[in-house]
Amino acid sequence: MKRIGVFLCHCGLNIADTVDIERVAEEIGQYPGVTCAVDYRYMCSDPGQQIIKDAIREHGLEGVVVAACSPSMHEATFRKTAASAQLNPYQCEIANIREQCSWVHQETKAEATAKAVGIVQTVVEKVRHNESLAPLALPLTKRAMVIGGGVAGLQAALDIADAGHPVILVEKEASLGGHAAQLSGTYLGLDTFPEILNSMIRRVQEHPHIQVQTQTEVQHAAGFVGNFTVEVQQHNSSASENCLSNPVTYTLDVGAIVVATGYELYAKEKLGEYGGGRYPNVVDGLQFEQMLALTGPTGGAVRRPSDGSVPENVVFVQCAGSRDPQFHKPYCSKICCMYVAKQAISYKKRVPQGQACVFYIDIRSAGKNHEEFVQRAIDEYNVLYLRGKVSKVFEENGKVMVWGVDTLTGVTVEVVADLVVLATAAIPSAQARDLAQRLRIAVDEHGFFTEAHPKLRPVESLTPGIFLAGAGQFPKDIPETVSQASAAAAKVLQLFSQRDMIQEPGIAWVDEELCSGCGLCIAACPYEARAMHQRLPVAVVHQALCQGCSACVAVCPDKACSVHNSDTAQMLAMLEALL
Amino acid sequence: MRARMSAETLTSELTRRIEEISGENLLKCYQCGMCAAGCPAAFAMDMLPSQAIRFLQLGLVEEVLNSDTPWLCAACQTCYARCPKGLDLSRIMEAIREIVLQERGDYIDLGDLSPRDLAEIPQQAFIACFRKYTA
Repeated sequence: MKRIGVFLCHCGLNIADTVDIERVAEEIGQYPGVTCAVDYRYMCSDPGQQIIKDAIREHGLEGVVVAACSPSMHEATFRKTAASAQLNPYQCEIANIREQCSWVHQETKAEATAKAVGIVQTVVEKVRHNESLAPLALPLTKRAMVIGGGVAGLQAALDIADAGHPVILVEKEASLGGHAAQLSGTYLGLDTFPEILNSMIRRVQEHPHIQVQTQTEVQHAAGFVGNFTVEVQQHNSSASENCLSNPVTYTLDVGAIVVATGYELYAKEKLGEYGGGRYPNVVDGLQFEQMLALTGPTGGAVRRPSDGSVPENVVFVQCAGSRDPQFHKPYCSKICCMYVAKQAISYKKRVPQGQACVFYIDIRSAGKNHEEFVQRAIDEYNVLYLRGKVSKVFEENGKVMVWGVDTLTGVTVEVVADLVVLATAAIPSAQARDLAQRLRIAVDEHGFFTEAHPKLRPVESLTPGIFLAGAGQFPKDIPETVSQASAAAAKVLQLFSQRDMIQEPGIAWVDEELCSGCGLCIAACPYEARAMHQRLPVAVVHQALCQGCSACVAVCPDKACSVHNSDTAQMLAMLEALL
Repeated sequence: MRARMSAETLTSELTRRIEEISGENLLKCYQCGMCAAGCPAAFAMDMLPSQAIRFLQLGLVEEVLNSDTPWLCAACQTCYARCPKGLDLSRIMEAIREIVLQERGDYIDLGDLSPRDLAEIPQQAFIACFRKYTA
């Protein structure tokens, strides 16, 4: 019989306070095949791990059960311990007697102890039938796709390409730059930004490792980390103007994808009380940027859309559609406080005699030199900040009247304005939801891409091999976008630095003798990991896609599917130990 | 009443004069309220020192000219000692008093004081009184 060692962890008092560890050790020591049962205060500590290593050598153990916390906490730790004592790491399993026992049964100690014995026995049965496995090495395509040609996409593409890997940059518009190309300047560095962006675009276009595909959209993505096949559609613009060209569809093989599809502004038409879309002299932030831009239609001169006159009074309305859980978006769009301060300064530089008023509810200027910048707008450029949300905007005698309040004095205010700029909420780009579905990545309730972990994995999607950069994940300014894009690129390079893709071996396999080729497993698999064999009438498993969930095992009428180290015989033995 | 605001109302002659006399930039104040929080005379004021500055920023100078806040300011400079933006409110208050006295006349006249007052009031208080209540 296989020689199995059981190692029981007290986890300080986390387990030992509820579960009678000595009692468990005593009972499990009697269980068939258990060669030794040892307990220790902290099994994950160095001396604890040493106990396991010594026991493996001393008793010639062929299997190890560590009864401790969740496998997501320390399975890797203890498998490494086993491996260092020359035991196949897949012969080591965790029996979770903390999260699934001591923590949830603190009031009933005797029953908790009995349950702990049961849990450990099941895992002993599992280990008894475990095979020795090795991680799988899968092929890896060291070419990346970046979706979106704004600042985030440009930066990610440059970083990956500079490291020597080919990049395909896909942009749905005809030109690169995204919304950043519409900006007259930025709040740090002001007017220098357009030139910086242009040189960034030039570097991308001239880069030997970057292939730029404009007017191209992703149609479908199949495959898995290291081995994606992406179908894209290109609306060809190179054909002559009087001939409508058909879109071309083709596929590209890439190993990693960076999603950098950016943001849009919330439609000002949705802000009826602010006259958005109704009054020509009520514009949004990007429209105002176009007025300020030297390359814009007014050549950088600020003009009223209605009559082309110079506006002497300009009102900026912050939080237009943001921080409004009742009617619009509940979140803070994050970029508006700073770009409004920048626009107000830019306006004052062009119209020194003019008055700029900003209605705000809080000024959020957390960032290097950000607060100082806002204070400069106030102190040096005489921009009047009024604390209060604008209630309504209406036209009167060719002016735009803005009704608000200064909550600091309690005075209700009416500003006679010539032009109103709404700092409308930033929302994900319109196609983001569709794209997320095509790539099988998640979006939140607002349509922003969901990161794998909000604190610790902020640039990865939940789908391995797909990374996030820029405002498509959440509104962010340019420095933050560049940081995230470079971080996403670093993740891609980390992936590409491997020789092969390494996959855990606890995945499904098919007994071809038993498989009748009915295809039920293909429909049951939630990971698209099952398919028919190219020639034979049997089902196969894509090793890289399989997550070992066992849905195919449950559905297979021929009992031909099995998951390594979780096969049916094992499951039955485990149940028997428990019942 | 809704206060109307535009480039003209926000750049009044009076605020310009207050800034000129006090030498302080009223727009520097970001309304943190620290001056009001520490002012030993605030309990008696009809308008907090920070609110007075805010009214001036909004061009609503009359409200401040009619307030008793500038007169209750003892110029102790606790506000100036603590203001994170370095504004000397006592100078601003003095400027406001100066404007009121210039326009509406001195509060006190030497001739109104009796020989007894003149004999009994300490010299320092006497001078301080004239500094504060005459233009």
